[in-house]
Amino acid sequence: MKYVDEYRRSDLSGKLAAAIAREAHPDRTYHVMEFCGGHTHAIFRYGVQDLMPGNVRFVHGPGCPVCVLPVRRLDDAVELAEGHGVILCSYGDMMRVPGTKQRSLIRAKADGADIRMVYSTQDALRIARENPSREVVFFAIGFETTTPPTAVAIRQAAAEGLSNFSVFCNHVLTPAAIQHILQSPEVRNLGTVLIDGFLGPSHVSSVIGSEPYQFFAEEFQKPVVIAGFEPLDVLQSTLMLIRQVNEGRHEVENEYTRVVTREGNVKAQSLVADVFELRASFEWRGLGTVPYSALKIRDGYAEFDAERRFAISEKASREVKSCECPAILRGVKKPTDCKLFGTVCTPDNPMGSCMVSSEGACAAYWTYGRFRSVGGEVRTVMPEVAG
Amino acid sequence: MNIMETTTQGRAGAVDMTHGGGGRAMVELIRNVFQRHLSNAILDAGNDGALIDVPRGRLVMSTDGHVVSPLFFPGGDIGCLAVHGTLNDVAMMGARPLYLTAGFIIEEGFALADLERIVASMARAAREAGVAIVTGDTKVVEKGKGDGVFITTTGLGVVAEGVEVGGDRARPEQVILLSGTIGDHGIAILSKRESLEFETEIISDTAALHGLVADMIEVAPSLSVLRDPTRGGLAATLNEIAHQSHVGMRLEESAIPLRADVKAACELLGLDPLYVANEGKLIAICNEDDAERLLAVMRAHPLGRDAARIGVVTADVNNLVQMRTGFGGTRLVDWLAGEQLPRIC
Repeated sequence: MKYVDEYRRSDLSGKLAAAIAREAHPDRTYHVMEFCGGHTHAIFRYGVQDLMPGNVRFVHGPGCPVCVLPVRRLDDAVELAEGHGVILCSYGDMMRVPGTKQRSLIRAKADGADIRMVYSTQDALRIARENPSREVVFFAIGFETTTPPTAVAIRQAAAEGLSNFSVFCNHVLTPAAIQHILQSPEVRNLGTVLIDGFLGPSHVSSVIGSEPYQFFAEEFQKPVVIAGFEPLDVLQSTLMLIRQVNEGRHEVENEYTRVVTREGNVKAQSLVADVFELRASFEWRGLGTVPYSALKIRDGYAEFDAERRFAISEKASREVKSCECPAILRGVKKPTDCKLFGTVCTPDNPMGSCMVSSEGACAAYWTYGRFRSVGGEVRTVMPEVAG
Repeated sequence: MNIMETTTQGRAGAVDMTHGGGGRAMVELIRNVFQRHLSNAILDAGNDGALIDVPRGRLVMSTDGHVVSPLFFPGGDIGCLAVHGTLNDVAMMGARPLYLTAGFIIEEGFALADLERIVASMARAAREAGVAIVTGDTKVVEKGKGDGVFITTTGLGVVAEGVEVGGDRARPEQVILLSGTIGDHGIAILSKRESLEFETEIISDTAALHGLVADMIEVAPSLSVLRDPTRGGLAATLNEIAHQSHVGMRLEESAIPLRADVKAACELLGLDPLYVANEGKLIAICNEDDAERLLAVMRAHPLGRDAARIGVVTADVNNLVQMRTGFGGTRLVDWLAGEQLPRIC
C-alpha cells in the first residue's frame, strides 16, 4: 500500500537499527521521551524496541488524548448525557474510560443514556440536524490534531443556525504539556525522570508546525525531533536524536518533512483562533493544573458552548486509589510498576485511562508487549542485521 | 377477498403483528414465503418437528444467532450468512453438515419483499451446500423491539470414523495454516454502515466451507484443529485455540494473506485486520509432515486459493500468541477487550 508500506520495510529497519547501534555510545544510556500515544502504539505494535540496543530507552509521554482527560471532565460528560438528557456524541476511544466509581460512557449508555459513538464532528452535526427537538452535545477531546474539526463544526452550526448543537470543549495544547513536564521537579531536580530528548508529535505538528517547540528546545536544552507515526519514522528520528545528544546540540529537527512544515497548517490555525481562546488553566490527569494549556470557546460562539448552556454541577470526582496513571503519564513510572497492572486492571476491566486507549502506555504494554514481562516463550532479541 | 389479500398484500407489503399471531396470516406467511423457497420433503410434511433418519457415525450440532447490520451487504445478506455461519461451525468439527433449522424474529413493519429476498438467499445457499432446512419458527416483535430481522440457525452434521478435530488438540511444533485473506467480511460490512459509508470493491467472503474441509480431511489425517475466524477475527480465534490446547503460537505477519484494499480500509479506519471478522475462511493446524500436502489441496479448492502457512504452535504456559512483525520486531497478538474502537489521532 503506497505511502504506508515504504515506512514499514524490514530491510530498512535492519539498516537503521544497525546505524543506531553504531551511533549510541555503549558507555551511556539514552532516554527518549516519545510524547505521543501514537508513537507508543507504533513502538509496541511493530516491536520497535526489539531493534534497539539495550541502552536506548523509550520513556512514554502524556500525549494520549484520552488518558490526560481528568476524571471530573468525564463525570461531567456522563452528567450531560444522564442528567440533562442530551444526545452526547463521543469519539470511540473515550467510551470505555472509567470515571468516578468506574462509571464510563458505555455503562451510562447501557443504563439508557443516549450516547452515540461518532467518527467525526460531521456525524455529530448530522445527528443534531436529524434531531431538531433534542439537545446534541459533541464531547470534544484531544490535542491540536482534533481541534480544527471542532472549530469547523462550531462555525458550521453558527452558519446554519443549528441551535440544538453545542460542544463540551476539552481541547488541550501540546507545547504547554511538554514545558510542564520539563519544569517538573522530577525532571529538573530529583532526577527521577531522565529525558535526553523528545520525539515530537507528528499529527499535532502538521497543524502547529515545528516552530512552537523552538522555545523549550533552547530554554531547557533538550533536542526535539518531530517524528512520523510509522515505525521507520520512529527509528530514523531516534537516530537523529541520538546524534544531537552525542554532538551536544539541542535543536528542533523535522523527520516528518512529508507532512510537517515550520509554519504548520495556517488555515487550520486561523480557524482555531477564530473559535477558541486560551483557558487560564486546565486540569490534566497526571500533570495536575497546567496554566494556559487548554482552549475554551470564545464569547462570540458562546451559544455553542455546552459549559455555558447547561448547568454542570460541582462534584467530588475520584480516580481509583493506587492507579498509577498519573505517574505513568509523567514518565515517572512504567506500567509494570503499578500494582493494579495485569491484576485487577486489564483492558477488559480498566481501572485507569492508560489501560483503555490503544494509545495509552498500559494498554500498549499489556496488549502487545506483556510477553516480555511474563516470560513465556523465549522472544526474538535483536534481529540479524545485514549491512 | 382471499386470505392473501388480507395478509401479505393488504397491509402495504409489510410484516405486522398478525403474522406472528398463530392464525391464518402466519400460515399464509409460512406457506407463501418460507415454504415456497425452502421446500423439501421433511419441511413440507408440515409437522411441529422434523422427522429424520439417524445417520451412522457421531452427530455434531451447532447453533448460531445472526443479527448483522446492514441486512444486505456487498457479497451477501443475512440470509446466506445465517446458512454459511452455522454450516461452517458444523464443518469445523470435521463434520459433513446434513440439516439446518431456522428461527426468525421479525420486527413489525419489516418489508415482505425484503423478507422474501432474504429467504430466497437462504434457500440458494442451502441448495448450493447440499443441505436442507427442515424445520423453523417465526415470531414477530413490536416495532422498535428488533432490528429488521434476526435469524437463528441450528445445524446437524455427522463426523466420519477416525476424524478427530477439536480446538483442544493443537500441539507444539504443529503448523498453522490459513485458507485465505483476512478481514474481507468485516470491512465489507463497515463500508455500508451508516455514517461510515465509503466506496470500495471489497465484498464479504461469506461461503460454506464444508467442501473444502472434506477435501482437507481426506489428505491429512493429522489435521488436529479446524476453526473459522469469525467475530474477533484471526486474533481472537487463535487465542481461543491457544487457551483450549494450553499452547502458545508464533505467527509471521508477512505470511498472513491480506488484500491491499482491506489493508487500506483498515489503515483509514484505525483498525487492525487481525481483529476483523471473516465468514468464509478457516484456520487449520496439522503436523509438519502433512502441511505441504494440505496446503496444495486447499489451494486447489476455490475457497482456499490464497491459503498460506502463517505460523507454528509453541510450548508456552502463558498461552500467548506472538507475532514476528513485518518490521522485524515481536509483538503479542492479544484478545480484544470488547469491540475494536478507532483511535483518535
